[in-house]
Amino acid sequence: MLKAQEIKKDVYWIGAVDYESRNFHGYSLSPRGTTYNNYLILDEKKTIFDTVKPEHAGFSLERLASVINPAEIDYLVINHAEADHAGALPDFIAACRPECVFCSPMGQKALEGHFRAWKNWPLKVVKSGDVISLGKRSVHFLETRMLHWPDSMFSYIPEDRLLFSNDAFGQNIASSERFADEISREVLLSAMSEYYHNIVLPYSQQVLKVLAQVGEMGLDIDMIAPDHGLIFRGKEDAAFVLKTYRRFAEQKPGKRAVIVYDTMWYSTQTMAYAVAEGLGAAGVPARIMSLKDNHHSAVMSEVARCGLVMVGSPTHNNGILPFVSGFLTYMKGLRPQNRLGGVFGSFGWSGECVKIISERLADMGFELPADPVKVKYVPDAESLEQCFALGLTLGRALEAKCG
Amino acid sequence: MKYVCKLCGYVYDPAEGDSDGGIKPGTAFADIPDDWVCPVCGAGKADFEPE
Repeated sequence: MLKAQEIKKDVYWIGAVDYESRNFHGYSLSPRGTTYNNYLILDEKKTIFDTVKPEHAGFSLERLASVINPAEIDYLVINHAEADHAGALPDFIAACRPECVFCSPMGQKALEGHFRAWKNWPLKVVKSGDVISLGKRSVHFLETRMLHWPDSMFSYIPEDRLLFSNDAFGQNIASSERFADEISREVLLSAMSEYYHNIVLPYSQQVLKVLAQVGEMGLDIDMIAPDHGLIFRGKEDAAFVLKTYRRFAEQKPGKRAVIVYDTMWYSTQTMAYAVAEGLGAAGVPARIMSLKDNHHSAVMSEVARCGLVMVGSPTHNNGILPFVSGFLTYMKGLRPQNRLGGVFGSFGWSGECVKIISERLADMGFELPADPVKVKYVPDAESLEQCFALGLTLGRALEAKCG
Repeated sequence: MKYVCKLCGYVYDPAEGDSDGGIKPGTAFADIPDDWVCPVCGAGKADFEPE
């Protein structure tokens, strides 16, 4: 009953839509669900690009079988070994018996590490610049190491001006629409940003290198087909994606702030609201996000557009609250650049909180232009004025940084 | 001195060298050819810093 969808002449989407998924890659939320996109090209060599998450194998194989007997497939191309793209590889190899499974040099190592059966598979390593012929078409490979794993690779089909980009340019959107121009641009951009800032951000330097390479190679692209979410069709949308990724990767500070905190008896929460008032007085919009009510990946999606990140925690057992510590660990791994930080928190007796947070933000390269504010037990009017002043000072510092 | 890749976290240890990249054990980081790349992620020498 499931059908393949033709996206260009003899090129089909045969992926799976996962409306239920809220857990992406085990560390990030995907509030809109996601898709695992894979593609089929019917040429002299019938070729599949990527597979899907293992539990969705049946859906993709059914779409495949709607246009061709899977046993007629000649080639598989595996652009990335992670489970949501290569997890169903054993099912596809069993159904298709391909002549070759193409992967990058690092892809071979990753597939060997993931699958016991790899020794029986016809793996063939391709490197950047290698070209294979499918008949009327050719596939040009471009290794995109650390975008976002060492094995990641693009496959470009010049005859179709089509780029299969794997995880790059993806978005977590489950929908019946297949093309980016069929949904609201605001939703699309929000999903692109959420995906980039929770997955790709640490490799922003690599993104800039790959964009430069794509520019130097003069690739003529009028369709970019990622492995998650919607497909970008037309030259205008292809250019839009590349431009958007350049903007994300450059990380120019946004004139907004996020105030992220956790609290025990609401003292640190009260301080967060006073800080927000100070930011408002400086003309800087701010969003307050409690870590009890917001997943760390949702906070990171907000950090995406903010040049100022303010972090608050009470002192708890000579340390900080575990959600705050967890968030700082998560953010550190994502390596945000060009940002200001601010710190506040309450305490009862020892009061290490602001020192710990300040050190961790400084370690991530945050500029900390103002002294933190810490309050014993419960903030009074005077200490709330200090919080207001902290917001005001940092708001003005952000204004100066953004120019 | 050991050097760490800022992109992927790979650590170059002069005592071990990098056999895949043709770097013999005992080679100081500074003596590695400029066209050498990180064996894990392909980053260039400039993307490394002292550990």
